[in-house]
Order: sequence, then structure tokens, then C-alpha cells
Amino acid sequence: MQSNQVSREPYPPGDFAIWIVIYVELVTFGLLFVGYAFSRKADILTFNNSQLALNKTSGFIDTLILITSSYFIVKAVHAIKSSNLSLQEANHIASKWLLAAIAFGGMFLVNKFLEFSAIFGQGITLSTNKFFMFYLLLTMFHFMHVTLGTVILFNIFKKTKKDGYSKEDHRGLETGAVYWHLVDLLWIVLFPLVYIIR
Amino acid sequence: MKYSSQMVAKPYFIFALILLAGEILFGITMSIQYIYGDFLFPMLPFNVLRMVHVNLLIVLLLFGFMGATYYLIPEEAERELWSPLLAKITFWVFVVAGVLTILGYLFVPYAELTKLTMNDLWPTMGREFLEQPTITKLGIVLVVVSYIFNVTMTVIKGRTTTISIILLTGLFGLAFFFLFAFEFSDNMITDKFFWWFVVHLWVEATWELILGALLAFVLVKLTGVDREHIDKWLYLIIAMTLIAGLAGTGHHFFYIGLPGYWLWIGSIASAAEPIPFFLMILFAYNMIKNRRIQDDNKIALTWAKGTAVVGFLGAGVWGFMHTLAPVDYYTHGTQLTAAHAHLSFFGAYVMICFTLISYAMPILRGRPHGNCAKAQKVELTSFWLMVIGMIGLTLALTVAGVMQIEMQRIPDSAHAMAFMDVQAKLSTIYIIRSLFGVMTFVGLLVYFYSFFVKEERVAI
Repeated sequence: MQSNQVSREPYPPGDFAIWIVIYVELVTFGLLFVGYAFSRKADILTFNNSQLALNKTSGFIDTLILITSSYFIVKAVHAIKSSNLSLQEANHIASKWLLAAIAFGGMFLVNKFLEFSAIFGQGITLSTNKFFMFYLLLTMFHFMHVTLGTVILFNIFKKTKKDGYSKEDHRGLETGAVYWHLVDLLWIVLFPLVYIIR
Repeated sequence: MKYSSQMVAKPYFIFALILLAGEILFGITMSIQYIYGDFLFPMLPFNVLRMVHVNLLIVLLLFGFMGATYYLIPEEAERELWSPLLAKITFWVFVVAGVLTILGYLFVPYAELTKLTMNDLWPTMGREFLEQPTITKLGIVLVVVSYIFNVTMTVIKGRTTTISIILLTGLFGLAFFFLFAFEFSDNMITDKFFWWFVVHLWVEATWELILGALLAFVLVKLTGVDREHIDKWLYLIIAMTLIAGLAGTGHHFFYIGLPGYWLWIGSIASAAEPIPFFLMILFAYNMIKNRRIQDDNKIALTWAKGTAVVGFLGAGVWGFMHTLAPVDYYTHGTQLTAAHAHLSFFGAYVMICFTLISYAMPILRGRPHGNCAKAQKVELTSFWLMVIGMIGLTLALTVAGVMQIEMQRIPDSAHAMAFMDVQAKLSTIYIIRSLFGVMTFVGLLVYFYSFFVKEERVAI
């Protein structure tokens, strides 16, 4: 009986609407990943040769950046949920973690921008071949997601500055966190698929 | 009616309905020409009728949207319209320009019309949907700019709501993308590329914002659900619409001379386009389930639900059928496209106009609780006649489209039948299509009749 009275964390975390967005995103990227796989199967040589032009180190750094920033977001959510902190303290700590996550998001964007400049510098475009078409479509589409995610995190950060989240009500924070994890997850699949697997 | 300036909506609604009658009549005439090729020839050749049919559609929807906006904005902004006089002037300018243009199409050979309107000075004519003489196009710009200015001023000076912001975003988008109608290139590929900026980004992006805002307005009024709840849905629908709709333009760039990557962008982005329409169904039914008030105008709610469902079927399901590049390779420009176009324009855009008209007209005519039960019953009959008529017409065109693809598109060039031979084989289906068209027209006449059903007097 007792357990029924304990307030449970709502599942899934965050607003229901964000989960609709997430499923749509997963299906969309999923279709592109499947498209990539089939196109690669049809022309492995072009794909393998073209892949050599990509900067794996840069891609690996991107992966580390995103995973680390996701960790910062987890810490921000934990701070808000923590029972032994006051509202002000919790929001203050969360805002620091969020700022770190935003900074890492910014680093990702800068690093990707440099990578794109180098690629375009070589005269590569969407029409060069199928591999580069997929590479550019996937990474640029993902780049747009990171940009949006960073904007979302910034808005959440602003709210923590006004002590806007409490232990009981932090739906907005969790919604943004879930979206950021999606952005992270997509990269974790995208990186090995496009940069590494041969 | 809360604000007297909402009254300016009335002539817009009435004129939109008159144009719809013309729209359907021209459509039925053309459907007969599919069976008897020389019907009314040379007086009204197919190409002229088709031009009138598609142009009327755009104009009638613009009238519907304008009427709806003029009704909605004062209530949303909680103040009178900035300038009711401007709205009245705009109405008459648009009517005169529209009628003159249609008469020009009907009675002056098109080549003559281009000379008469000095198209060579600034060539923009001769493209599907954008056949209007340049001078008419400039007139449309003037009308739309004054309309948007009027609405914006009202919103700025009054209360701002999510509905009015989304409506305005849609309207600004509509105005902006129409500017591409003035882009004219000698290169047919470039020309088509920008042509779709008007056609696609109107119907599959900016108009959807207008649709979402109008639907949300009626649902707020009829269900009494919290705005906060409705706003969230609206933002979600709009975000999905814009993301899928903007990139979805790519599905028009298949096999027309543009780079191959459009096949991927167009296929994948437009595969997501049905989602906002599906969300609109969830949205409408969710709001109705959680309603706080029981409005007497039940038929307006029926139209709202109908818009969501038929819009999803026409735009979402029938659109998805041929949006993937490998499928479109065979289906491009067949009767399947016509099937999709008919049900999506009707379900999403004509029906939202009916929703607004059925909600607002009784109020504008001094019946704040909607029409009497008998009139609503008549209107319900018209609802089903039109909906079944349009779905029947769409199914007939779908069958025709599939057969056309089978006979004309799939076989190799040595075995494929010629276009006209295929059309001759489809005549039975075209007869069925015409009958459903007539059913839709009868539905519209019944709808007109519902305006004249008298309130029953209760003996005391």
C-alpha cells in the first residue's frame, strides 16, 4: 500500500510532445542510415575510397565532446532533483552544468564548421558521389540539430538563472535534456557508420 | 459577434462560396471532356477550363482565408479591426481583378491575353497556377499586402496570442513566396525550381500554418479548452510542418533536370509530411474529448473534425502514396497526382473554410448559438454529400491513375500504350468520377439551401 502513495517519476521523462519529435527524428535518420547501407552495398569501392577523405580524428573529438556534454546535462538534472539542496542552490549548480554543456555544444559546432570548410575546400559537393551526398546530408542535418539543441539548452539555462526549476517541477529541463541525448545518440550511430566502418 | 468590424468577413465568405460553385462546375465540365473529348469545343477547350479551374481554386481559398482572418483577428486581438474600410476596399479590388482575369481567360485566347496585358514588358505568364497576367499578379500583391498590413496593425495594437502569431507567420510566408511568381527564367529547369517555391511552399508550408491557426481558433471557441494546452499542440504541429514541408519541396525536384540528391532529400523529408496532418487529427479529437463547454453549433465541430481527417487522407495518405522517388518515377503527373490534389485541397483547405464559415456565419447573421437544429441537419447532409463525393471522386481517379501507370508507364517503350489510348480505356471510370463530382455539387447546393432554412418558432 505504501508504495502506491510514493510519487513516481513520470515516464517517459519530459513532455510527451518531445517524444513524438524523437520518434520522428529516429525514423528519419533511420531511413537515411538504411539508405546509406544499401547505397554502400551497391558501390563499396567508391564508399571506401571516399571515406579516406574524412578526418576521423575530428569525428572522434566530436564524439567525445557530445558524450561529455550529455554528462553535464545529466548532472544539471540531478542537481535540480537533489533533495538536499535549496531551490536557489540547485538552480545555481544546474546553470553551471548547463553552461558547460552549451560551451561543448558550441565547440562541436566550431569543429564541424572547420571540417566542412576543409571538405568544401577540396571541391567536394553533394553531387560529387553518393558517399559524399550521404556524408553531407547526414552531418549537416545533424549539425542543424546540434544548433537547435544548443538554443534549447540556452533557454533552459536562462530559466535556471531565474530559479525556474524545482524538485517537483522540472519538466522543461528534462524535455531539453532528452532532446540533447537524442542529438548525442544520433551522432554515436552516425560517426562509426560514416567515418569508421569499412 | 463581439466586434462590429468582424462583419467585413461576410462578403469574403459569400464570394468564396460563389467561386467554389464555379470551381466545381468547371471541374464537372472538364470531367465530361475526359469522356467526350469535344464537349463544348471550341467554345470552352480543356486547357482554358483547366486554367480557370486551378486559378479559381487559389482565389476562392484566398477569399476564404481572408474572411476567416478578418473574423478571427478582432477576437484574438480583443479590439476592432485596424481598418474595416481598407478590408472592404481590398474586397472589391480583389473581386474586380479576379473576375476580369477569369473573363479574360474565358473570352480572350491566351496568346492574345499575353499581348493585351503587355506580358513582354515583364514576362511572368504561361505557367500552371501562375497564368495570371503580370498586372493581375501585381494586383494580388497589393491586395495581400494591404490585407496583411491591416491584420498586423490589429495584432500589434491588441492582444497577441499563439494563434494570431502563427496565422501571421503563415500570411507573411504566403506573401513572401508569391514573389517567386515574378521570377521568370529562360531555363526551364531553373524556372520550375522557383515555380515550386510558390506552389509547394504555399500549400505544403505556409498555408498549413494558416490551416493550423484557423482550426485551433474554432476548437478554442467550441470546446473551451485551455489555450495553454492548445498552444503546445499548435507549436508541435507547426514545427513539424515547417521542417518536413520546407525540405519536402525536394519531392517536386525528381527527374526534372535537378541534381540526384533531391531524390533522397525529397523522399525522406516528404515522407514526414503526413505527420503534422496526423497530429492535427489527434489534436482535434483530443480537444473535443476534453471539452469544457457544449456549444450548440455542432455542425461547425463536425467540419473541424472533417478537416483534420480528410486533410490527413488527402494530403497525408494520398500524398505519401507517390512521394518516394522510386514510386514517383512511374506515377509522376498521372491521374494519381490528380487524385491527391483533389482530396488534399478539399480536405485541408476547402474544408477549413467551411469550418470557419459554419462557425462564423450564424454569428454574423445574428445567431450566436449557431443555426437552428433543422438547418444544421440540412448542413450535415451537405457535409456528407460533399465528403463522400470528393472521396468517391478521389478513389475513381486513383483507380484511373493505377491503370494509367500499368498501361502507359510500367511497360517498356515498345509495349507502353499512348496517353490518349489509355485515356479512352478509362472512360467508364471517368463516368463514375463525373457522377461523384455531381454529388459534390449537389452537396454544395444543399449547403447553400441550409442558409435559408428558417428558425422554427416555438409556440408559447
